[in-house]
Amino acid sequence: MTDLAQPSAARPDVGDMGTGAPLWMLAELTYRCPLQCSYCSNPLDFAAYRDELTTEEWIETMRQARAMGAVQLGFSGGEPLVRRDLETLVQEARQMGFYTNLITSAQGLDETRIEALRDAGLDHIQISLQAGDPEIAAAVAGSPKAHARKLAMARAVKAAGYPMVLNVVLHRHNIDDLDAIIALCDDLGADAVELANCQIYGWAHLNREGLLPSREQLEIAEATTARWRERLAEKGRDMRLLFVVPDYYAERPKACMGGWGSIFLTVAPDGAVLPCHSARMLPMDFPNVRDQPLESIWYDSPEFNRFRGDAWMPSPCRECDERHTDFGGCRCQAYLLTGDPTATDPVCELSPDHHLIEAVRDQAAADHRQAVALTPRNVHESRVFCRE
Amino acid sequence: MNASAEDHIVYRLRPGWRLQWEEAQGRYVLLYPEGMVQLNDSAGAILSHLDGQRDVAALIDALSQQYPEVPADALGHDVREFLTDASQQGWIYHD
Repeated sequence: MTDLAQPSAARPDVGDMGTGAPLWMLAELTYRCPLQCSYCSNPLDFAAYRDELTTEEWIETMRQARAMGAVQLGFSGGEPLVRRDLETLVQEARQMGFYTNLITSAQGLDETRIEALRDAGLDHIQISLQAGDPEIAAAVAGSPKAHARKLAMARAVKAAGYPMVLNVVLHRHNIDDLDAIIALCDDLGADAVELANCQIYGWAHLNREGLLPSREQLEIAEATTARWRERLAEKGRDMRLLFVVPDYYAERPKACMGGWGSIFLTVAPDGAVLPCHSARMLPMDFPNVRDQPLESIWYDSPEFNRFRGDAWMPSPCRECDERHTDFGGCRCQAYLLTGDPTATDPVCELSPDHHLIEAVRDQAAADHRQAVALTPRNVHESRVFCRE
Repeated sequence: MNASAEDHIVYRLRPGWRLQWEEAQGRYVLLYPEGMVQLNDSAGAILSHLDGQRDVAALIDALSQQYPEVPADALGHDVREFLTDASQQGWIYHD
């Protein structure tokens, strides 16, 4: 996504306030998932949304997004393979001219389905790994069998000729094992590996104490990554390592999604349209493709316009030279930490709430071996958060 | 035009990558897993002639016919420079 985030002089200048087209659409086909990762980015109350868009509704939504200029399409979830119409949706999307990415846990994947997806025109499969060690992987995913399936399917995806990107979410229970994780990815023949430290939203926020690594753990992991980059370069192996620092240890707030409603939109399983896949937690009612055309949601809805530009910004963002670089940071983070979605992201040293981040870092430094019970992401736990 | 050993190289797009004309953006883009390179006019023109058959010499020929107003030496130089750069970036490769 990094290249998409580059400012583009040739962006079509349509709609209010010079808003450009959404170039990236994430289609969260379902919240259903056989795994129970305690850092899942789905909303805590995902069990409340059971009325998934139909095949026809998804096709119409993709058609509208493509007509607006969207070109990258991610099929995600939950686990998108749960949808039996996935192959149909891939085929339709590919014919529309989307570059189609499947973002999957590999549960429900087999050689036959890989073949069917390839025939449908799928461009890319990204598989997530929970750990290098099978026991840790089983504990994180809440499934004793998932890890072996992931390894087998990673090999099958590679054998089918796909470029292979592996995604590993890092947290305090697997980050010390990074050397073995990268070695495993190398062995699987990955073309790129996203070493994405878990960001503290949704289920990960619920489980923050048990997930956030200490600064020492993080520094060791960065050094391990640097050593692997050298080793890979020495042996002429083209496997790119992308290391994503947790926001809580970042020096500057991130330019979340390249700016609110700037290039990216998520369509949730029930048709709600969000500026990112975490935004459903915000105290806002997001518009739905069942009620309104995507074009008017993107350009005209109060929700998508709410944090565009800089008029909404509080101090110190308002006076800051970097306000057009980081856009005030992440709205979800601001809301989770301060209760105010318009606040400066507390990750920023200039934020009056930065002490909240420092306090959590201190806590994480205390003893990283301490075992803290994690709440698994499943329907039973989710019902606690459902507001009927 | 200076002939060189390079002239017989056949470049191809990296597997899984796709070159596509995007009407909404008015340009060619290079699509890859979860990302996109937005190409300028000349980069788009050069890559649009990569068909897995043409070698560098044939590619320059095709572009010379498309852009007769550009001096052949300058065009050849620019194309070779771009291909080297695109190859280093990992966008294209050859056997």
